[in-house]
Amino acid sequence: MLRQLRAALRAGIVTEPVTAASELESVGHRLREEIHRRFGRSLHIRQVDAGSCNGCELEISGLTGPHYDLERFGLHFVASPRHADCLLVTGPVTINMAEPLRRTWEATPDPKFVIAVGDCGRDGGMFRGSYAVVGGVSSVVPVDAVIAGCPPSPATLLAGLLAAIGRRP
Amino acid sequence: MIADILIAVVQLALVGLGAPLLTGIVRTLKARLVGRRGPNPWQPYADLRKLLGKDRVVSATTSWIFAVTPVVLAATMLASALIVPLVISRPVLGFAGNVIVLMYLFLIGTFFLALAGLDAGSAFGGMGGSREVAVAALAEPTIIVAVFALAMRAGTINLGGVVERLGADPQMALTPGHLLAFAAFFIVMIAETGRLPVDNPATHLELTMIHEAMVLEYSGPDLALVEWAASMKLFLFMALLANLFFPWGVPTEPSRAALARGGIVLAGKLLALATILAVIETQIAKLRLFRVPELLAGSFALALLSVTSRFLLR
Amino acid sequence: MTAVVYALAGIVGLIVGAVGVSGMLGVGLAWRCPALLPLGGVSLVLDPLAGFFLALVGFASVPASLDGLGRARRERRGRLAYLLFVAAMALVPLAANALTFLLAWELMSLASYVLVVQGGQARESIRAAWVYAVMTHAGLACLLAGMLLLGAWTGSFDVGAWRAAASALAPSARDLAWALLALGFAVKAGVIPLHVWLPLAHPAAPSHVSALMSGVMIKLGVYGLVRVSLDWLGEGPAWWGAAILLAGAVSAVVGVLSAIVDRDLKRVLAFSSIENAGIILIGLGAGVLYQAAGLPALAVLGVTAALYHALNHAAFKTLLFLGAGAVVHATGTRDMDALGGLIKRMPWTAACFLTGAAGIAALPPLNGFVSEWLTFQALLQNLLIEQPAVNLVFALGIAALALTGGLTVACFVRAFGITFLAVPRREAAARAHDPETPSRLAMAMLALSCLALGVGATAVAPAIARVGSHLVGTPTALPLGDAFTLKVSGEFASLSMPVVAAALILAALGVLAGLAAIGGRGRVRRYETWSCGRMLQTPRMEYTATAFANPFKRVFDFFYRPVEQIDITTHPASRLFVQRIEYANPTRSLFDDWLYRPLLDAVHRGARVVRRLQSGSANLYLAYILLALLALLVFA
Repeated sequence: MLRQLRAALRAGIVTEPVTAASELESVGHRLREEIHRRFGRSLHIRQVDAGSCNGCELEISGLTGPHYDLERFGLHFVASPRHADCLLVTGPVTINMAEPLRRTWEATPDPKFVIAVGDCGRDGGMFRGSYAVVGGVSSVVPVDAVIAGCPPSPATLLAGLLAAIGRRP
Repeated sequence: MIADILIAVVQLALVGLGAPLLTGIVRTLKARLVGRRGPNPWQPYADLRKLLGKDRVVSATTSWIFAVTPVVLAATMLASALIVPLVISRPVLGFAGNVIVLMYLFLIGTFFLALAGLDAGSAFGGMGGSREVAVAALAEPTIIVAVFALAMRAGTINLGGVVERLGADPQMALTPGHLLAFAAFFIVMIAETGRLPVDNPATHLELTMIHEAMVLEYSGPDLALVEWAASMKLFLFMALLANLFFPWGVPTEPSRAALARGGIVLAGKLLALATILAVIETQIAKLRLFRVPELLAGSFALALLSVTSRFLLR
Repeated sequence: MTAVVYALAGIVGLIVGAVGVSGMLGVGLAWRCPALLPLGGVSLVLDPLAGFFLALVGFASVPASLDGLGRARRERRGRLAYLLFVAAMALVPLAANALTFLLAWELMSLASYVLVVQGGQARESIRAAWVYAVMTHAGLACLLAGMLLLGAWTGSFDVGAWRAAASALAPSARDLAWALLALGFAVKAGVIPLHVWLPLAHPAAPSHVSALMSGVMIKLGVYGLVRVSLDWLGEGPAWWGAAILLAGAVSAVVGVLSAIVDRDLKRVLAFSSIENAGIILIGLGAGVLYQAAGLPALAVLGVTAALYHALNHAAFKTLLFLGAGAVVHATGTRDMDALGGLIKRMPWTAACFLTGAAGIAALPPLNGFVSEWLTFQALLQNLLIEQPAVNLVFALGIAALALTGGLTVACFVRAFGITFLAVPRREAAARAHDPETPSRLAMAMLALSCLALGVGATAVAPAIARVGSHLVGTPTALPLGDAFTLKVSGEFASLSMPVVAAALILAALGVLAGLAAIGGRGRVRRYETWSCGRMLQTPRMEYTATAFANPFKRVFDFFYRPVEQIDITTHPASRLFVQRIEYANPTRSLFDDWLYRPLLDAVHRGARVVRRLQSGSANLYLAYILLALLALLVFA
């Protein structure tokens, strides 16, 4: 245990500053001022996988690591939609995941907003038009912002999230 | 009389308003120890403020027990704040209770939270409740035997009496028996407040949850109350560890200088304990659920050793 | 007619209770009638201890009779037996000579036997009643032997004579008498391992009877133990106290462990009664040990804790059984895995049951907490006795009591949560409703008394301590603090239940006020339970009673020794398709396997050997008679 502790202390803080430009596409359903006021210092995010290939999930999980560290901005991933303010939805929304996604959205208390991640989240991406896919997150729940990419890098994701809550890095 | 009331208000404010800061400090320390910048220590206040402004989504299967539990949790912690010696050895309600009363006040919260978990009718809540009461039940013997160890040395189990008698003899705090009791109580604190290695407060996997599983259904102000009560429980346990086992610097009379000194010493002790907790949480992996009884049995053995050492090292 | 009988029983209870309270306050009565019975006649004496138990019997039978009144329209059987039962239980504490005592005792046992036989399911009731009859008469045999021996050695069957002559008896004789009598009383009190009848008889009897059996009859076993260890045989040696304490510790732990894994709601309550009898005996054992060590003040503390817990247990166990009775009547089943969601359909019962559950789990500011706290205080001061062996016994008692405290919380979270919360698991529970008004009144009375016995501890404890002082023989009452605070042994420990209760209420009000002030929008939306967005959420997905007990089954598997039984039925057309899987994980009883089965097997073997004497030949039987006659003539 002491060896581990010494290695950790020697490595120090490795968090990188946020430099990527935000590629957030806002669809503008809500008053941005309200979101900035409420969630500017504390945002709880529930990530929903609506049939994604997990490429976006891998990038999102990088956000919790020491290099991108989303917690330093008051962002926090939570397990239950009841605890969440924002749903981070990935995937083209397969037919089997459409209803669970809608129930997850209903289970989230207001005020809330939805960010669709990746090209699949925007409009189905490379799976657009498939028989197994409903077609983009906006066809199931109202989407407030989209972070496109296939997959978007953690730096892009972080910049997009910060832009969504109006927080300057 | 006025001084007593003022001190009661100070203790309430300290626990009520200071507990989220302690939780925030532990979180920041944990982050720094694993190489992250981490949230700033004031983050829990922002979280609580945001939660108070949200709506509630309540499951239709729940009953009044679910609605009442967050208030019960917060109320038991606030009532305990008036009994624990924080800035003074005998707070105004200190005569009303002792360590056993305190532990059972915490059990009221556990009782209702487990019921609230069952109330939602999901498997998560039932699982969380079942595990939580199992851990609480197995931690009880250690607490009482540790109290016995304290009573042996101090001749009383009244919190104020223990603080004063042990405070008058500072060398006693470094005897092996006393340190063993401290170690046993520290392990109990980890188990009761749901920290690693017993329970991970930041986990997302329901199968690894104990405390979190019971609160999955809470939202908005209810969730704020539950989180606040949890941070108050951590604060009170740490304050007990600090002031009962190392009662140096706890003032015995309500003079302004003594109280100020007492507050600073308490802050220092809490910071030290928070650092130890952060180190343990980041360096030791979470135990499998059915290894936790072994850990608690180990803490019980430590408490028993503490009691027997008093016979051997007379 | 049935209603009249129950009303009469209730009135008798009130009168008996009032007489009991007057006895506690020092009114002494004696009534003798030598002509009614041989061997000294009927002799009834009221002293403070008898008064305490009379008050317990009386005040517990009032709500039980009210509940019987409530069910009078649908249940006619067993009303006279019930009246006899209450009357016999009232006579036991008053009895002051051997035959009166044994007669009252046996009447109590017979009346309850009749009531158990007439309970719900026929086959289960008959078996339960049979085991109950065998065990209680085995206890009676021990009592009879002990009392006859005492009568022979002291020359009289009167309790006063025993008290006077006790110190003159040889220690081994006194020990033998104590052992026999204690064994007999331990059977009635449900001490491990003599407890096998309790989990069978209490669930089988109708609920108001179970309430009295658990709440009161067990206490009469404890009453006997108190009398025999502290009164009738004078001051005993330390090993009596150690034996009581250890038996209590084992009963407490085994009782609650057995309660946690059981699915039958009333059997959970029965095992919990065994556990609480154990807690009472822990306090009593501590008292006896302190008396043997020459510390009368602490002895009184131990006895006070034991008696207070007896009173509290009578209050909340009666309440819990009445609640369980309401549930069983409303849903037709005792199986917790078929219940659920009753809090919305039976709100009154649920609230009262919750009060009882919180009381028995020893949550402040209810009554269970005060008596457990007093028991802890009695145990924690054992260092004043400077004998390591005794200190070890006390340490085991402390550990056992602490463990049972935690496990009881778990047990009653399970009992209340699975039965009343969430959604009904089967049809029967969905159609439940609250019972009739008399039953509701009975439960409310008991719930209020639980609260009163807790918050009013500073009024109740000194009264009980006075009983204890009279028993132990200290001239002055034990100082127990002032109007609001209980203080034990000077500054050793203090407790103020009214202040704690007030602090809790004020804190709750403060939190609510704070929420109203800064709580924001406060809108509430009703939606389904979060189940990961799953399409189908049925009652099958709720946690069951069996599942809730799983961590305990695993941690204590050396005690439960569970057996896994999996039964897989495949489709007749193909063995690859599974049609049905039945999984059972029953626990095995240590006592059945290691004690009772070998004992019964030995008895059977012995009986088979003796059967050879019954050859069926009349000539051989005549020869036996001749031999017996010759033996009597030679030896008489």
